[in-house]
Amino acid sequence: MLNPADIERERSYLLKYARLQLRNPVQAEDLVQETLLAGLEGAARFSGKSSVRTWLTGILKHKIIDQFRRSSREQPLAGPGDERSEADIIDALFVPDGHWQQRPSPWGDPEQSFENQRFWAAFEECVRRLPERAARAFTMREVMELSTEEICQELAITPTNCWVMLHRARLLLRECLEAQWFGQTHQTTLPR
Amino acid sequence: MIPSCKELTELVSQGEDRPLRWSERLRVRLHLLICEGCRQFTRHIAFMRGAMQRFRERD
Repeated sequence: MLNPADIERERSYLLKYARLQLRNPVQAEDLVQETLLAGLEGAARFSGKSSVRTWLTGILKHKIIDQFRRSSREQPLAGPGDERSEADIIDALFVPDGHWQQRPSPWGDPEQSFENQRFWAAFEECVRRLPERAARAFTMREVMELSTEEICQELAITPTNCWVMLHRARLLLRECLEAQWFGQTHQTTLPR
Repeated sequence: MIPSCKELTELVSQGEDRPLRWSERLRVRLHLLICEGCRQFTRHIAFMRGAMQRFRERD
């Protein structure tokens, strides 16, 4: 039988999950709070087929998507000006004939960084620095593991547009990780 | 026939989201044969997906 402590134990994980996807930390906390409450209320319905974490994460996922829908109705994410400037940022990574401005360098054995707390701080910071629309598509794909079709539907964009957003997010996240972590000899914390 | 580095990154990124056509896979492979920078890029993309997964799983 599921007890309140089992649910409360997942708070910090859920917060981490929500903060990666919502820019507003208060909003992230609110949604996690609502998720924990929904978990307590629905504890009797918890089948035990999945872990408590997976179950609660599923609830949180829906709340985050609802939040995205609400906020995109209230305020469109980007106008033509933002679109232009994001495209310019990507173009600046390449010379006009399409070669790299600066070639990606080897990262050695990057999985070793998984053991390092500071790597994860740099990683989260790099995700947060992505342009908002690109970040949204990217976290829906890589954190929520939605398909491109589902993302298109939720964000009301075309598949081509979705691929453009995901491409931008991956290029910029890669640049940021190389600049802030893998290119650093001491691999220290991010400059403020 | 052989894509530029910029096009290569588009194809590799889309390869994470949809199955690439046979002709697209061929273009990726031809480009990677001659481009060390894009070979690194391809490894980094795979690493980032793994890192995201790790991020979700870790406490």
